[in-house]
This record gives sequence, C-alpha cells and structure tokens, in this order.
Amino acid sequence: MSAPRVALFATCLTDTLYPDTGKAVVRLLERLGCDVDFPLAQTCCGQMHFNTGYQEHAKPLARDYAEVFGGYDYVVAPSGSCGGMVREIHPDLCGTSPAVERTYELSEFLVDVLGLTDVGAYFPHRVTYHPTCHSLRMLGVGEKPLDLLRAVKGLELVELPQAEQCCGFGGTFALKNAETSTAMLADKMRCVQDTGAQVLSAGDNSCLMHIGGGLSRLRTGVQTVHLAEILASTEEEPWAAATR
Amino acid sequence: MGGRNPVTWLGSPVFPKAAREALTDTQLRRNLRKATTTIRTKRAGVVAELDDWERLRVAGEAVKDDVLANLDTYLVRLEEAVTARGGVVHWARDAEEANRIVLDLVRAEGTDEVVKVKSMATAEIGLNEALEAGGVKAVETDLAELIVQLGDDRPSHILVPAIHRNRAEIRDIFRKKMAEEPASDEPPDLAEAARKHLRRKFLSAKVAISGANFAVADTGSIVVVESEGNGRMCLTLPETLITVMGIEKLVPSWQDLEVFLQLLPRSSTAERMNPYTSVWSGVTPGDGPRKFHLVLLDNGRTATLADEVGRQALRCIRCSACLNVCPVYERTGGQAYGSVYPGPIGAILAPQLVDDPHDEQAASLPYASSLCGACYEVCPVRINIPEVLTHLRAEAVQAKGKRTPEAIAMAAAAWVFGDAKRYEAAQKAGSLSRLLARDGRIKRLPGPGAKWTDSRDAPAVPKESFRAWWRKNRVQRP
Amino acid sequence: MFSARDEILARIRAIDRPSAAPIPRDYERTRTVADPLDLLDERVADYKAIVHRVTEAEVPDSIGECLARRSVSTVAVPADVPPRWRVPSVTWVPDDPPLPLGELDTVDGVLTGCAVAIAETGTIVLDAGVAQGRRILSLVPDYHLCVVRADQVSVSVPEALARLEPGRPLTFISGPSATSDIELDRVEGVHGPRTLEVLIVG
Repeated sequence: MSAPRVALFATCLTDTLYPDTGKAVVRLLERLGCDVDFPLAQTCCGQMHFNTGYQEHAKPLARDYAEVFGGYDYVVAPSGSCGGMVREIHPDLCGTSPAVERTYELSEFLVDVLGLTDVGAYFPHRVTYHPTCHSLRMLGVGEKPLDLLRAVKGLELVELPQAEQCCGFGGTFALKNAETSTAMLADKMRCVQDTGAQVLSAGDNSCLMHIGGGLSRLRTGVQTVHLAEILASTEEEPWAAATR
Repeated sequence: MGGRNPVTWLGSPVFPKAAREALTDTQLRRNLRKATTTIRTKRAGVVAELDDWERLRVAGEAVKDDVLANLDTYLVRLEEAVTARGGVVHWARDAEEANRIVLDLVRAEGTDEVVKVKSMATAEIGLNEALEAGGVKAVETDLAELIVQLGDDRPSHILVPAIHRNRAEIRDIFRKKMAEEPASDEPPDLAEAARKHLRRKFLSAKVAISGANFAVADTGSIVVVESEGNGRMCLTLPETLITVMGIEKLVPSWQDLEVFLQLLPRSSTAERMNPYTSVWSGVTPGDGPRKFHLVLLDNGRTATLADEVGRQALRCIRCSACLNVCPVYERTGGQAYGSVYPGPIGAILAPQLVDDPHDEQAASLPYASSLCGACYEVCPVRINIPEVLTHLRAEAVQAKGKRTPEAIAMAAAAWVFGDAKRYEAAQKAGSLSRLLARDGRIKRLPGPGAKWTDSRDAPAVPKESFRAWWRKNRVQRP
Repeated sequence: MFSARDEILARIRAIDRPSAAPIPRDYERTRTVADPLDLLDERVADYKAIVHRVTEAEVPDSIGECLARRSVSTVAVPADVPPRWRVPSVTWVPDDPPLPLGELDTVDGVLTGCAVAIAETGTIVLDAGVAQGRRILSLVPDYHLCVVRADQVSVSVPEALARLEPGRPLTFISGPSATSDIELDRVEGVHGPRTLEVLIVG
C-alpha cells in the first residue's frame, strides 16, 4: 500500500506564531510513513470571524478550505478548535466537501486512522495535559491524546485537576471580556501549578498561547509544549525549546 | 400595550462592565464556586445512573420541537381542556398585559396580599412590582425567592435565585426582616425560620400565583415541580389559583411527561426526583382551589419562534444545569447578566425575548461566553447554546453596521486571509512586532492587544513562519 | 381590534415552521431490577425518609408502633382507609366532613395509602383516590405515614405514569419536604411534612 497523502492544515496561528509545532507534525507523520504536504494556498479556517459574528467573512474562507484541501487522502490539523470549525461549522456555511470529511485533529488521525497509540516518542519530563474544550466537546477526542502521552517513553503524566474547565481563551472573548477570561485563566494556572508539572501540553496552540502567556507573566517556569512536539521528540532527536 | 420588556433590568450595564464589578467580589466567587462544584458533582452522579440518558435527551428535544412546530394547535387544545375542567384561560401578548390581567383577577377576589410559588415567568414580567404598584403585596414563599425578596436583592440563578448568598449572609437578612430570628446560620435552622415566617400566610391566603413547569395539551393538566412544599401550600390552600405560563411550556400528551420527569430533576437539583410534584387539571370539587385561572404569556416568545436558529431556546425547561457548568457564570454570578435569565441560557434567551437589536446590554450577552460548549453537553433538551450564541453575535454585528472599528478590522483580516500572498506578506510585516519582544515574549501590546497583555505575555513572532520554513526546505524548485 | 388570543395565534401561524419529526421513544420503559421493593426501600430511605418492610398481617401493629415511637396522639385520616389501620392507641380525626384548615393544622400527623410508587426514584404518588383523601390532608400535618402495597409499585417513571389518571389531582412525594436553596446543599424539612415514614407491604 502506498503512503497516504496527508495535507497539513497548520492553522494560521501555528503557521505564524508556532512554526515548531508545524515542523513537529511533519516530522512525526513522515516518521510514521505518511507522505506529507503543506499546500501553500491555505490561510485560515475562518473561526475568528465566525465566532465573533462575521459569518459573511467566514464563508469565503470555508470555500477556500474545501478547494485547497480537496485532493488529499487526509487533512490533519494540530488544533481541536480549527478542526472543530472545519468539521462542525464549515458544512453549515457552504455545504460539506471531501476536504471537510477527511479532516482530522492530530490525535484522532494517529489513533483512529493510523491505529497507533505508541508513536515511538521520547520525552523525559513531568507533563500535565489540558484537554481543550473543542477537542473534547466538538470533536469528542476523549482519551486519545492521553493514550498517546501515556505511551511516550520517559514521560511522567500527571492528572490536571478540573481539566475539563475552559482556560478562558475563547478567541475574541479574551479581549471582549478580558477580566472574566483572566479570572478563568487564573484558576486554570492554579490547577496547572498544583500538579508540579514542568510542562503543560495541549492539542491546541491557541489555548497554550493563553495559558502560557499567563504562566510566563507569573514567571512560573512551567513550559507550554504542543502535543505534536512531544510526540515528534525522540531519543535521537529530543525536543528543544523554541528559540525566537 | 408594548413598552420595555422587563426580562432585562432597566439600567443594567453591558455584560463586560457588570462582570468586571462582580469579579471583584471575592465572597461571591467563593459562594458560587462552592455551590456550583457541589451540584456539578451530584448531577454527574445521578445522570450516570441512567444508561438511556442520551436517548431521553433526544426524546426531550423531539417532544419540544413538536410543540414548537404545532404550537397553535396545542395551545388551543390546552385551552379547551382547561376550560372543560372548570378553569379560565387568559392570553397575554406581553408583560404589561399579563400583569394587568393578574392584578384585575386579584382585585376581584378582594384581597391585597397573595402568596407566590417560585416562577420564572412571573419574574420575567416583573409581576411583583406591578402588583405592588397596584396595591397588592406578593409574598414569595420559595426559600431562595424569600431571601432575595427580604434582602431587597435581585435573583442570580434560575433554580436557586439566592445562590450568591452563603448561610451567614442569609442569617443576617432573616435577622433583620423576620419577627423571630433564626437560631443559627445552619441550613436546617434557616429553613425552620422560613417555615415559621410563612406558615400563617399560607393558612390565610385567599389567592396564590404560580408558574408552570409543564402543561399537558391533551388533558389540560398543569405540572409544578418543587422541593419545599411551599408550592403544594400555594396550589392547594387558597380559594383562587392564578398560573402564569409561557406559551412554550406545553407538552402534547401525558406520556411525554415520562421523559421530562426524568430529565428535569436530575438536571436541576441533581436528584432522582424532586421532593414534590403537583399535577392538577382545572378545578376539582372539594379538593384545592375553587377558581383556577391560566394566563398564557407570549412576551417575545413568538418573535423567538420566528428565528430559525434561535427558536431552540424555547425548548428550555429551566433546569439551570447550563449555569452550573458554565465557567463564565461561575465567576461572574448571575446578576452580571442583568436579567432573570442568567448564564448560558440567559445569554441566548434574554436578547431574543427583548427582541431589540439596538439594546446594547442585551446585545452584549451573546458574547458572555468562551464557547467552551459545556452548556450544550449537559442540556437535557439538547439546546445547542454555542450555535445560538454565534448566531446572535452575527445579528448584533449586523445591527451595528460596517463602520465600527471592529467591523473594519475584521474586514481587513478577511481580506488578508482571502489570499495566501497577502497573508504571507502580512506575516512578514507582523514580524516587526519582534521589536516589542524581550526573551521571546511581549509584555505590552499597543491598541486592543493591551487587553491581552494586561494579564498575559504575548508570544513574539518568530523569525521564520512555518510556511517560510516549508518553502525553504520542502518546496522543490524547478 | 384583535384579541390577545387571536393575535398570538396569528403570530404563530405566520411563522414558517418545519413539521416535527416523530418522537424517538427508544428510551427504557422499565428497568431490570432484582427486587423492586428492595429498590423502593433503598431509594425512599435515600431521601432520609423512614422505611419499614412489613407483611399484610403486620400492618396495623406497625402503624401503632410508628405512631407510638413518635408520640403522635391525634392523627388525621381519609375516611376510607381500611378500618383495621385505625389502631386504638391514638385519636383518629377522619376527614369527613372535610376538616377545617385550622383543625388540620393542629393534628400531630396523617395516615394515608397511595396510588402508585416508583421504585427507581423512591417516589410515592397520591391521586386523591381510596385511602388518600384531599391533597391538603397529606400536606399540612408535620408527619406523614404512608402505606404502600406491593402491587402499587412500578419500577420506572414511564411505567408509573401509565398507571395514573392525569385528570385527578396528583401529588408525587419523594421524601420529606426539603430545600437546596442554601449553598445548593440539600436539607430536609421546610413547609411540607418534615417527617415521612413509609410502610412497604409485601
């Protein structure tokens, strides 16, 4: 059987601000035998526009998505939120399409499509995991990311208290209701710190940007690392913090 | 007829402002955290007992959708059934009309004091205030409503309007307002104080006013679900009973209650069944009130029904499970929503009942959510609250027009995202923000971004975007 | 001028509404339980009601014991309870002719039967039928003693509702009066009977 042709839908946030996550997905999927492409015509799924009430701006972006990603076996996004936008909202905006139907969030793709939980990763750190609302409730990824993390060599997984509570990001919510968002963030950070973990991971850079921005402001020393970067890390080529 | 819909409170600030004030109240935060954590855990336990819970939710959704699809038919059927059993049915287009009907009915009985069962519909229309203006005192008999009434306060929760008060605060309110003060701040002593305070009023009341949890169209049966027995007192002791219910509270048949009497208690008080449920059909000679009036209330419901996406809010059975799981509600409390309907359901119901896109306070409510989806997950009638929130946001945006700074910024962003070349150019221009960064993070952003950096660092834009890396390393040049 | 009724109905009829789909009723009609009476016992007790299991023959003696234990001396009763329930140790106050409210408020307790009980939820349903009386009878006295026969027990809510006549005034009772209004924590005993005692016969 030939290698599946997988398009990476990096998401605008990861493409622009977190290139290491994109590189990690490429490395990971290629290691697992996928033929990975990054169609350069991709931009944004339209989630910010849609969630803020600008549906007419989101529509053309949804149409572009269907066009750009139409010709692949699978589309993989390192984001439950953007993956949820594509799968749950795009059909309402412009009907369903092969691209929409073949879109997976990373952990879903690894577990459901490739049938793997042990991806041969090595990450010798104490890690806690924030499940992120849209992975959990829009896509229903359930325990998949945790199963993947449990199989990582050297990784000590500690349970995050009140894991299922939102971190308070919510896109433009963080600006429109900044104080409420900050109050939610404060509680989330307290839970993260209570675990004593060195690393907070999640399947979504938007939530990580939010929680990480708070943890950094408080100088907690807790690092935020996307799930893809942990899974891409190996003994030969271990994860290293981003340099900016 | 007409005038302002009292479902939102006059003079309430927009949600972000009200929330900002509420967030400074640490006592409130503690009270809410304790209460919502308790009820969340209990709810999860009793829901897990039923392996057909999801099927019950789907059935509940379908029954309510049937009601909405055939609302006219069922309302007429209910009217016929209630009338046939000796009740009198009244119709009210809005709050003002409903209040006038009730006031006239009370006056006709020659009394100036009525006892009330907790009811969202009567809170929504501001009935107590309207009665007071007409010289009639309405005595709330539900413990939480009594706490709110005696404290000259406003409700903050659908099920437990005084959830923002802890036991010590409640004792203080009772001390000031009751003839006999409570023995301590222990809940059983506070409940005892309420019992004594209200006993004589129950035994002497001529008129009671209630809401309805359900009304069965086929049989004309009205259902009130409660805990304390104050409901039973009001529904059976006085000679006249007036029930005010929203027109969407119907179920078509008696059998349909088998779904809702499972969904509601477990979602609401997290019990297998609430202590008391009363069902009556018109008037029963020799048992209970001799006169029964049913007031059917529109007050924005038909306007809500007209909205294809928003109408699902009318499925709501007022259980308040969505409040108890909402991370925003847990931190701001209910009063910040400026309406008797707070929390996620309030954020979609209140603006629709207000039905005025230029009401800024109401228009701010659909934004009072991070769209985390916890509300949808627990809703017993599967109201897709996030879907309605984004739908109402779109309506708010439309009402504001295209010239707001936000609309201009969003149009610009859409233009950039509309073309990969423009997008890539913007990425490169954005990396100028590196000038603001130290050690890879930005402590203060200019403009609207300052709202972010007030409490969080922002990431510096990296030297190279992912696509730049891909282009350099993976794109084969011819 | 249109009446409110006409206007509201016209507003509804002017709206384009989709026709409703059939209602999926694939939820459980009943549940498999080893012994419905055991379940009822456990679930009623969960509400902090007092429950006893007795045989038909033991009913009068049990009634006497329950009333004696609570030092109850005047007990309201529907006129049509089985005569043998009215044990000689207390003063019975039959609701025939209907008791004035003031008098009902002074009795120590009330004894009734029921129409249906729901094991799964620990609920007793009164329908103002035989041995149950008017609704206020089981409401105003502070102590309610209720006799439930085995053949009145349904396992599930759907089964129980199917046995009830909706035209009758119905009262569903699940434990003593209670409230969760203070810090969402349940406490027993507000306006309704603060003590509920149940005899399950069979």
